[in-house]
Amino acid sequence: MEPKAKPEAEYVLRLDGITKRFGALVANDAITLSLRRGEVVALLGENGAGKTTLMNILFGHYTADEGRIEAFGAPLSPGDPNAALAAGIGMVHQHFTLADQMSVVENIVLGTRPLWSFNLGKAAARERIRALSADYGLEVDPDRQISDLSVGERQRVEILKALYREARILILDEPTAVLTPMETEALFATLKKLVAAGLSVIFISHKLGEVQSVADRVVVLRGGKLAGERVTSEATRRELAELMVGGQLPVNEIGPPSPGDVLFELRNVSARGVGGSALNKVSMQLRGGEITGLAGISGNGQAALAALMAGTLDAREGEIVVHGAAARTWSPRAALDNGLGRIPEDRHATGMIGDMSVAENVISEAYRSPRFSRFGFLDWKAAEDFASGIIKAYDVKCPSPDARVRLLSGGNMQKLILGRALDGDPDIILASQPTRGLDVGAVAYVHARLIEARDRGAAVLLISEDLDEIQTLSDRIVVMHRGQLSAPSERGELSVMELGELMAGHGMDGDHDHAA
Amino acid sequence: MRLEPRAASSATATVVWPVAAIAATILISSVLVMIAGASPFTVFYLVFKGAAGSQFALVETLTRATPLIFTGLAVAVAFRARLWNIGAEAQLYLGAVMTVVLGTGAVALPSAGLIPLVMVAAMLTGALALLGPAILKTRFGVDEVVTTLLLNFIVLLFVSMLLEGVLKDPMGLGWPQSRRVVSEAQLPRLIQGKRLHFGFVLAIVSAIVVWVIMKKTVLGYEMRAVGHNAEAARFAGIPVNRVIVKTALLSGGLAALAGFSEVAGLKGNLTLDLSPGYGYTGIVVAMLALLNPLGVIAAAIFVAGIFVGADAMSRSANVPSYIADVMVATSLLTMVTAIMLMRYRVRWR
Repeated sequence: MEPKAKPEAEYVLRLDGITKRFGALVANDAITLSLRRGEVVALLGENGAGKTTLMNILFGHYTADEGRIEAFGAPLSPGDPNAALAAGIGMVHQHFTLADQMSVVENIVLGTRPLWSFNLGKAAARERIRALSADYGLEVDPDRQISDLSVGERQRVEILKALYREARILILDEPTAVLTPMETEALFATLKKLVAAGLSVIFISHKLGEVQSVADRVVVLRGGKLAGERVTSEATRRELAELMVGGQLPVNEIGPPSPGDVLFELRNVSARGVGGSALNKVSMQLRGGEITGLAGISGNGQAALAALMAGTLDAREGEIVVHGAAARTWSPRAALDNGLGRIPEDRHATGMIGDMSVAENVISEAYRSPRFSRFGFLDWKAAEDFASGIIKAYDVKCPSPDARVRLLSGGNMQKLILGRALDGDPDIILASQPTRGLDVGAVAYVHARLIEARDRGAAVLLISEDLDEIQTLSDRIVVMHRGQLSAPSERGELSVMELGELMAGHGMDGDHDHAA
Repeated sequence: MRLEPRAASSATATVVWPVAAIAATILISSVLVMIAGASPFTVFYLVFKGAAGSQFALVETLTRATPLIFTGLAVAVAFRARLWNIGAEAQLYLGAVMTVVLGTGAVALPSAGLIPLVMVAAMLTGALALLGPAILKTRFGVDEVVTTLLLNFIVLLFVSMLLEGVLKDPMGLGWPQSRRVVSEAQLPRLIQGKRLHFGFVLAIVSAIVVWVIMKKTVLGYEMRAVGHNAEAARFAGIPVNRVIVKTALLSGGLAALAGFSEVAGLKGNLTLDLSPGYGYTGIVVAMLALLNPLGVIAAAIFVAGIFVGADAMSRSANVPSYIADVMVATSLLTMVTAIMLMRYRVRWR
């Protein structure tokens, strides 16, 4: 907007030698990062690389042990959450911070007005929001209630909230994790407009593809240290990946499938929704020796389907057929007794009991078997041996079977869940968002185990919002939209954009009849 | 001010913070004692002497601790499974009612048969008293805090009705009290001529049994799993509702033992002042013990000691014995704070 300053020279944000220690752990080790006006810098790194800590320091949630921060040429006082906001830095978190029962305007105005003012100045606010929406392509109706909005729309509200508070620097934490390919495109278009208007963006991600398409520069963190900095146009994808992982990228080979019998089948099943659409006469077949990928935009009924298969949600109508026989009752217990291995979507809420030990957690599905209990008494020795076995076989980093699960990283927790679910080689496997939030190494590990299970003849259902993952692993793909399933397509049959169309609900109804 | 979780609490921290909590309790109580116009040194000396300074004092403290161990266990067991049983008072009284019903001559058996019979019957009564709220919670999602709390008042009025009616002692000169339990139903005294009775041994044994249940058995494992994360427990195939019902039966039974042991061991009959709020104090005991069954023994003796000691102190130091309530409440607050500081680091900016 003010063309007099040379873009190269004008740093809007400088983090200089930031070091932060938590006990023996150095979460950030002398990290230096600068952001120019009108620039998108990607902060790339795996989970635990120190991205979140660095942003928490910038926002005053933590105080750095060493180093200083300068915003627009003025030092930012450390440890003061209001300083960053006052300096014009806005953040869009991965988990949104919106009040569901309030409208878009109310959410945006919230906290910008003094507590004792009588009206919220909604009319004026509405006008400004409309103007910002139009300028930056952030379409959203200011008067709708947040709970009625899609995830993509909610993210737009978060961005509008930052812009409304006159943020000049926008920090986006893993913004595409919850978006469809189309929504991602729209977000990138918005970012281009913001940058053109002189704002600066820090884009936190661990996805290489989108980093390359949106960022001017990439700063890579690894193990709390600055692993490297590259101008995006001069760096290859491979180079960035190796900076991030610190070595060779693990690659999973997936051979041609050898399909077997139908091991698990849903016939015209309907059920109420779980945080999204209800299931409406869903039919699906899972064959042994195959990975079936279930794609879809979050909230279209995948959670309900996963809960149904796991046994925590009852079907209103329809049949569940396991190994060729219709199940008369279905519950978590029945699922386990029928040989299902289940990986739940939310490992903290559903998968593990954080305040209990590793040993106590890994036996939670089998503690009643004679292997772990006799006459109502548990055999802790057997439980600990079992836990040690999983820790070793699945390469779980944890001090001992007695360690609280809460202290483990997401990747290690997921490995424990895998170990528990795959114990006894189940021939039907439900993997719901099995790699969400995991780092590249852990993702490859989970994939390898799923492929292994498929190759020994198990029927795997992979539910994921990550289309790359679906396309890489799945022998067949089905798409869920508003509680209905598309007809299955073979590997490689549909392009990303064609899948995106199905996810948006185009051409679902016509195909639905064949699916059954 | 913000809280940062600590990765692991160090060994020294687990000692330092509870000690600091006790010091803070003494400090805060001292201020109140000084406001009441007495010297804190004298008062604390007298409280200690009254609670543990002589055989008489010690016996009195342990006698007072007995019902608190039972109600503390009842609460600890229930809270561990996130069943908020606020109704130990009601279950205590119902246990006492059953003790009186069977123990005043309705059944003629020698001690070796009568005492276990009455005890088991009392436990069942208390267990059934909590079954209703547990079923309402698991079937209809009715908040058990409300149902168990309100049942306390219902049960107290019910007991009052019984004591004015069918259970009234015809020889009681019109007082609302029951007949005395027959000698075969009475728990033996531990020391000849002192008030401490076999109920105390029963309480210690109960604490050990509960500890074994929580640590070693399938049921204890299920209860802890449901308490820590009911959703994950359900996903893993643990029958959450059935576990809650079992927890309720165990908790109600333990609370009823307090009523049984007070009637059969100490008072001999049932009156409306059988419990000066042991059911509620059990919550404090359980919290101070961090829900650990063995910790309940220590916490119950500590709380009982303060009450007994403060009674003795108020007689000679002219400070109201209400200071005991303040000290117990303060110790609970400081202990809870200490536990928080053990787990979190406070950042002042």
